[in-house]
This record gives sequence, C-alpha cells and structure tokens, in this order.
Amino acid sequence: MSMLDRVFRLLIALAAASATGTVIAAEGPGLGAPVSESEAAAVDFVVMPDGRGLPQGSGDAEQGLVIYQRECRICHGDGGQGGPNDRLTGGIGSLTGEQPIKTIGSYWPYATTIFDYVRRAMPYHQPGNLSADDVYAVTAYLLAENGVIERDQVMTAETLPAVQMPNREGFSWAWPAD
Amino acid sequence: MSDNSSRDDLAPVAGNGLLHRRLFLKTGLTAGAGLLVAGRAAAEGPDRAPWMRAPGVGMGPSGAPSPFEEHVVRAPVGSQPGTTGAGVSRTPLQHLDGIITPSRLHFERHHSGIPQIDPGEHRLVIHGLVDRSLSFDAETLDRYPQVSRIQFLECSGNSGALIAPNPVDADCASIHGLISASEWGGVPLSVLLDEAGVQAEGKWVVAGGADAAVMSRSVPLEKIMDDAIVALYQNGERLRPSNGYPMRLFLPGWEGNASVKWLRTLKVTESPAMTKDETSKYSDLAANGQAELFTFPMAVKSVITSPSPGLDLAGPGVYRISGIAWSGGGRIRRVEVSTDGGASWAEAALDEHVLPHCLTRFRAAWRWNGGPATLLSRAVDETGAVQPTRDEVLAGRAPEAFYHYNGIQAWAVDEQGASRNVYA
Repeated sequence: MSMLDRVFRLLIALAAASATGTVIAAEGPGLGAPVSESEAAAVDFVVMPDGRGLPQGSGDAEQGLVIYQRECRICHGDGGQGGPNDRLTGGIGSLTGEQPIKTIGSYWPYATTIFDYVRRAMPYHQPGNLSADDVYAVTAYLLAENGVIERDQVMTAETLPAVQMPNREGFSWAWPAD
Repeated sequence: MSDNSSRDDLAPVAGNGLLHRRLFLKTGLTAGAGLLVAGRAAAEGPDRAPWMRAPGVGMGPSGAPSPFEEHVVRAPVGSQPGTTGAGVSRTPLQHLDGIITPSRLHFERHHSGIPQIDPGEHRLVIHGLVDRSLSFDAETLDRYPQVSRIQFLECSGNSGALIAPNPVDADCASIHGLISASEWGGVPLSVLLDEAGVQAEGKWVVAGGADAAVMSRSVPLEKIMDDAIVALYQNGERLRPSNGYPMRLFLPGWEGNASVKWLRTLKVTESPAMTKDETSKYSDLAANGQAELFTFPMAVKSVITSPSPGLDLAGPGVYRISGIAWSGGGRIRRVEVSTDGGASWAEAALDEHVLPHCLTRFRAAWRWNGGPATLLSRAVDETGAVQPTRDEVLAGRAPEAFYHYNGIQAWAVDEQGASRNVYA
C-alpha cells in the first residue's frame, strides 16, 4: 500500500470514528521533526514538585526583598499582603473560616510551584526578566514572609523541593476517579 | 399561529401558562407582528422599502453583522488591575440562538494577553517520557488526518457569580457568558503521541502555551489519548488569535483552562507538575478546609437565554422560552422548564442537533398572563446526572468556592415583563 493510500484509508477511518464517537488507534504520516535534547530543554519551563527542572542558582529572603520591592510590590503590596492583585502571604488557618484567604502560605501545596510560576509569568509586564538567582531569591522571600522558612535559609534546586508547605496535606485528587 | 396547531397545543401542560413543546415540533411559533410596510412606492405598482429602490452595497473581503446588531458584542470586558490582557470577556448568550457561537463572540479568558504569533515561527514540541522528541508546525499538522467536532468550551469559573449571598443584578452574559461552542477541527493527539512513542512510565502530559504567562496545565495521558486534539480550525477558519492561533489544545467536556491556547509544549511526565493554575487556582475548596485537585469535567447545566434580564416581554401573550443545555458527561438527554418557580415542570423541545459535549438548544412555549413568574430550566444528561439546585451545589463548599457552579438559574419576570436574577 502506498503512503498516500495509507493516509487516505486513515482519513476515512477517522471520519467514521468521529461520526460514531468510537476511539480507534490511528497512525499519522510521520512528519514530526526530530528534536534534540538541548532543543527540548530550551522550551521546557516545567518544574516538578520533587525539584526536577530546577536550574542551578540560589537566593535568600534578604536578596529577595530587594527584588520584591522593585518588581512585585506595586501589584502584590507590602510584604505580599495584597494590592491591586493577589495576596501572597498570611491567611494560615483561615481555610475553614467565613472568609478563606488563599495564599502561598495558607493554601499552596508545593514550594516548587512558586519558582515554576514566577519564572514563567512574572513580573507581569516583563516576564523572563529575572535570573535564576533572582527567582530563587523572590521565592525565598515569599516563603520567609509566610513563616514557612527562616529568613537566612538559602533556596536552591536542592533546598526548595524539601520545603514542607503548611497546607501540603490539604488536597485530594479528583482524578483519576474512584 | 400556524393552522395545524390544534386547540390542544394551546392548553397548558404545567403551571403558570407553560404550553406543550409540540408547538415547536410542528411548524414553530410565529410572533404576532405582521409584515411592516416601510415607505411608499415612488411610482405605480407594489410598495418598495427604501432599500429596494437602488442596488445595495457591493461585495467585500470579509463580512460583518448588520449595524442594527451593534449591541451584540462580548460584555462585560474586565482585566486585572494594571493589565489589559489578564481577565475575561463573555459571550452575549441572550442575543444568540442555535448552538454555534460566532467566532468573534467566543468568550475569552487570558492570563497575559493574546500573543500575536507568526505561524512560521511557531512549533509544538512533544518531549519528556517519549522515545522520540518531535516538533510540528501548523503547516505540517495540516497534512495529518484531522477530526472535526462541534463542542462547547466552558471556563470553570462560569456562573460563579451565583455563589454571592444575594443575587447579583446582572444579565445572562454577565453571569453565564463564559461558555461558547464551535466546530473545532484538528489533529487527534493520540496520533502525535503515538508517533513520539510514549514510554510506559508516562501518565500525565504537561501542556504549555506560547503566551507571556507560559500558561500550563497537567492533563492525564488517558484524556490526551482518548479524545484530545490539537485544534487548528474554529468554525471553518483558522483559530482566532484569541482562541490560540495557530494551534491550541482542546479537551472535550473539560474545564476550559486545561485546553491550553497557543500550544507550544507537551511534556510527558509520570505525575502532574502542580502548576499554579492547577493548585492555587482551579482547585475546589470545601467547607472543611480540604480542597480537590483535577476536577476536570464540566457538570450538567442549562440556562434560559430568552426571556432573561434585558429582554423585556412586550405584554401578555404567547412567548418562546429558549435556552442552552450542556454537559461534560456527554449528550443532553432532557431539559425541563418551569414558569412557577419549580412548583411544576414541563419537558422542553430539543433542537435537532443533540451532540456530545456540545450546547443543545431547548425551547418551550409559554402563555404569559401578565403576572409575576419565575422561570427555571433543569437539564439531565445521558449519564442520568441531573442539574442541581443552588443549595445542592453550595452544600459542603467553602464560602468563596466559585469554580464548577452548575446550579439551576432562576429569572423572575415582573408585571412589566422585565426579568432579573433571583434565587428560587
């Protein structure tokens, strides 16, 4: 069977599957371009809860405060207490109250998420502008402001995943369904 | 009224004037107004309206709605303070009919604006726990087998305004407009993942976007291999930039946030990445302080789009109640309508297209007697799931938990024919 025949038969099979809603194993024309390890790493932002994906670098809360004041305070307020945009600190113990306050300290289950998100998306108007050291430092500052780590604790690819978040046990998974 | 509607069709089947849905299964209901004769003829012969007296405007490269429909726009548009692209715009449901949302009116939820992507410079990279990391541009994907399905996309924050202790004074779009439906065309991701060769430990796929927020969500591999597509087309044309041009993830029936737009990376992993949007957001907090992660499917839901706030009734008489129903569980099986606040219900007529994971249009005939009325709709899907009441939705939830709200909407019609949002 020629390649064209194969693809044509597949198109028909897929159309039938689409109409009936059944799932079929499908085969494509195999046109994906090979991607080298370094090319894949260049587009990879993913930081896993166990620390995989974290780059080399380090920072502490004192360094983080400087960056926070310059890049973050205008939206998130003094000490992360909230400004025009999300509150990032405090609220620990509030989740069962009349006004749950969901912050990094009170709600987020994993410390690695801070690094992952800040590196992806912050500061809002200039994402990508912070070095790995800067992101570690801001992460350390936010954790220290929340009382989760000591002010002199240095955050690195080794220490950050080891941070135990206060609400770590506050979640269950709806997927996969029972 | 059509001649073949029997007297029985106009006999109420439920309280407060609900008529039999048979009215819509025959020739349909015609409004009272006859043909208007506009203007007078300049010469002998039958009348001509003003626009019939000279040739109309010429053809053009792209169409636009009538100037008389200028009010049919997305609204309200809101963004986080200090930003223009971190927020939502909502589909004007009360001004639309049928089941397909015009692309220009599809709701928006962006986290850092709409990137203006040159498709020649954009690649989707599949990597992680695969035998071969691969990349695809839109032109290459267009050579792959494609599927096309008419399906809804709903933000899991849709209708969240109804958790407020007192009913907000807002229209249908403002409350429920984070739902739209389109014909989505694209390549089944199972084909691309099979080409890359998923390794045995691979159980999740972390999707990342090419927006400034690098929006990301972890999606179970099972869903990716079941019915997920990388969408290239929306309603027959290439995706709009606001819907992920040149390519987006599309996960039928699941919360919209997980269908990552401007799709740039799919990393196969053995577990979720626990990104900001799947932990601190889009997780559901219960009153006991425990929260659920990965509540993906959108539950069964319906809303009456007409009458609704802003669409006032002209006076007592027969009206068409119209609305939409949908479910992440599959097809809509049945929709019931009440005009007496739930004391009695009648089954609505469903339009011809009842598709899985899609909007279904329902209609009911109603003779309004000019008195107060409370309109409700209640949908049931093919799994037997019944749309719950507001109280049922909120039971056990934390006070401000607003995601995945699918309670029954009540519109109160007053004696002037105006509707407003109420809790029935």
